[in-house]
Amino acid sequence: MILLLFVIPFISGLLAFFLRNDLLRRRLLLSVACGHSAFSLYLCLFRGVDQQWLGFGMDALSRYFTAIFSLLFLCASFYAVIYLREEKSKPREESEEGLLFDNAPEAAFTGCLLIFLASMSLLALSRHFGLIWIAMETTTLVSAPLIYFHRHPRSLEATWKYLLICSVGIALALFGNLFLAVSASASGSGAELSLDRLLKAGVSLDPLWLKAGFIFILVGYGTKMGLAPMHTWLPDAHSEAPSVVSALLSGALLNCAFLAILRFYQLCLANGLGGFCRELFLIFGFLSMAVACLFIIGQSDYKRLLAYSSVEHMGILCFAVATGSAYGAMLHAANHSFVKGALFICAGNILAYFKSKKIADVRGMAHLLPWAGVLWFAGILAICGAPPFGTFLSEWIILKSAAASGNILLPAAYLFLLSVIFIAMTGIGMRMSFGVPGTTLAAQEYGGKKHFLPLLPALILLSISLLLGIYLPESLGRAVSEAAALLGGNI
Amino acid sequence: MLDGILMLLVLLNLFSLGSTRISASIRVVAYQGAAIGLVPLFLRGKIPGTMLLGIVFVTLLVKAVLLPGFLRYAQKRVNVRREEKTFVGVSTSILCGVAALGVAFFISSRLPLPFATASPFIVPVALSVSLTGSFIIISRAQALSQVIGYLILENGIYLFGIALFLEQPLLVELGMLLDVFVGVFVMGITIFHINREFEHTDTSRLSGLADWLPEERSLE
Repeated sequence: MILLLFVIPFISGLLAFFLRNDLLRRRLLLSVACGHSAFSLYLCLFRGVDQQWLGFGMDALSRYFTAIFSLLFLCASFYAVIYLREEKSKPREESEEGLLFDNAPEAAFTGCLLIFLASMSLLALSRHFGLIWIAMETTTLVSAPLIYFHRHPRSLEATWKYLLICSVGIALALFGNLFLAVSASASGSGAELSLDRLLKAGVSLDPLWLKAGFIFILVGYGTKMGLAPMHTWLPDAHSEAPSVVSALLSGALLNCAFLAILRFYQLCLANGLGGFCRELFLIFGFLSMAVACLFIIGQSDYKRLLAYSSVEHMGILCFAVATGSAYGAMLHAANHSFVKGALFICAGNILAYFKSKKIADVRGMAHLLPWAGVLWFAGILAICGAPPFGTFLSEWIILKSAAASGNILLPAAYLFLLSVIFIAMTGIGMRMSFGVPGTTLAAQEYGGKKHFLPLLPALILLSISLLLGIYLPESLGRAVSEAAALLGGNI
Repeated sequence: MLDGILMLLVLLNLFSLGSTRISASIRVVAYQGAAIGLVPLFLRGKIPGTMLLGIVFVTLLVKAVLLPGFLRYAQKRVNVRREEKTFVGVSTSILCGVAALGVAFFISSRLPLPFATASPFIVPVALSVSLTGSFIIISRAQALSQVIGYLILENGIYLFGIALFLEQPLLVELGMLLDVFVGVFVMGITIFHINREFEHTDTSRLSGLADWLPEERSLE
């Protein structure tokens, strides 16, 4: 039954390649996204039963992550449909150099989107490290054509970097899996890669090979997750991809890579290597936050700004796991996904209006595009962890557990980096939203009425994050703590 | 005999580092794939003969015929003959290859296997093949050379997997082979696009994306 989460998007993805009718294809995308998110939300919130079938199964962790990316996918696909309709009707011009360019065929784009959803579901459903690896590699391969939707040199360059860097990273993760198999064969049950049987074997795994495996997995999948210093593909891909795809890469794909690392972490916990793993998480977490901080200050491109902010938040997730606050990490993963999705959708609207990705070119949105201006600024506040939003709550929980760890340096450095990023990002957000409008370029051709509809998904995502900050429903709270319990965490 | 194949792999490593002609590198990858494909025959594993032959056949087909064939087609289509400028010279590259072999032996001496294998050299050779692949990815500028490096890296991992875990369920290994195949295919298509768009496939000249471009600095 749960396998439907993978099978239906996969089949309809293949179908989308061959559907000639644009309208029909867009309806297919929307209906699959609706069905997928309804089903996964139902599984996450109301039916906390672990199911198992062959190498597939769902536990609290995968139910939770599936619900996050599925909800984000629904909002993104809603925006994608509007976006594809717009793209069809107007001539296209490259934003940086003013070159004309073509788009990839819409059928291929929709098909890849759906198969992307399918491969992420496969990743969440797998209870076998080999399958997880295959699903991860598949997400890379199907998202590469998505990044190269606008056929111009810059996106091509980004696609090449993405493909090569992530493929090498995932190859390293394969080494990690093989090391795990060596480690498992020490326990006498043969080379085993099934998560459940390995968890049962627990302490009898060979710790030396398991450690080596974890390093390879963290570096390998960490490349995909965007941890510094392996993050270099991320700002390029996020800034050159269409905004829908950036939202999905940032909100869904990075979390999935995190999930894959957490699976391995579960094993290490069972083996008693938790301390070793947390040290590594701490190093990569801090490095990511620091690198992101450096590049956010003085950033001149607002999509790259969002990309570096993703690097920062992946660092925060690692930091949370390192300080033992798995609950905070889970909550923060959801909050980051929703807010970042909303911000990228806003960025897409801003780009469509101002035709520039430069921060300096965007001024006074509150006058020109009231909805986008307000949502953009609210989103920037939310992503920096300002109080009413859910991000504040999760960052606060993480801070509390860092303070409880006994080492005063940890919370201090964490707070310092967060506040520097807060100042830098809100400054930029304020100038973009409330500055004095400069010369208005294409103001007329972008009709006034159309403003609101493409922003609706962003509004919904932001409201969810706001809700999470004010009121956490009981069923959701249970889902979060069950997921955190698998990582040996408490609040 | 197994040791002979492993030694051949080490020599092919050094050869791949020493050649800047793309067609020669593709040939090296094909030989390497063939050598790795033959490894299961010498492992004295306890699996049925037909399955063994099946594995050998599929590996040879993918690693020694299909992938090199596709690379050769790609090379003809984008028309690159040789690596014009490597970031590291040929003789230094070979020295690095020898150093990588040393590093691989050192690592595998620090990580003792918990079970007996057909040859003590499997782990170090697999590691050194992978290190060589990574080195080629880093040191070469042509997109095709980087794909070749990626294939060599994957060859090393595959050797590690197939030589140590031949008796395991095959589905996963086949999935990995398929993923590598599709991966190289997608990279190849991207190279065609790069060639059409830029009229070259020199990745060191793909530098349009950066955080602080020099000309931007002068504008501000």
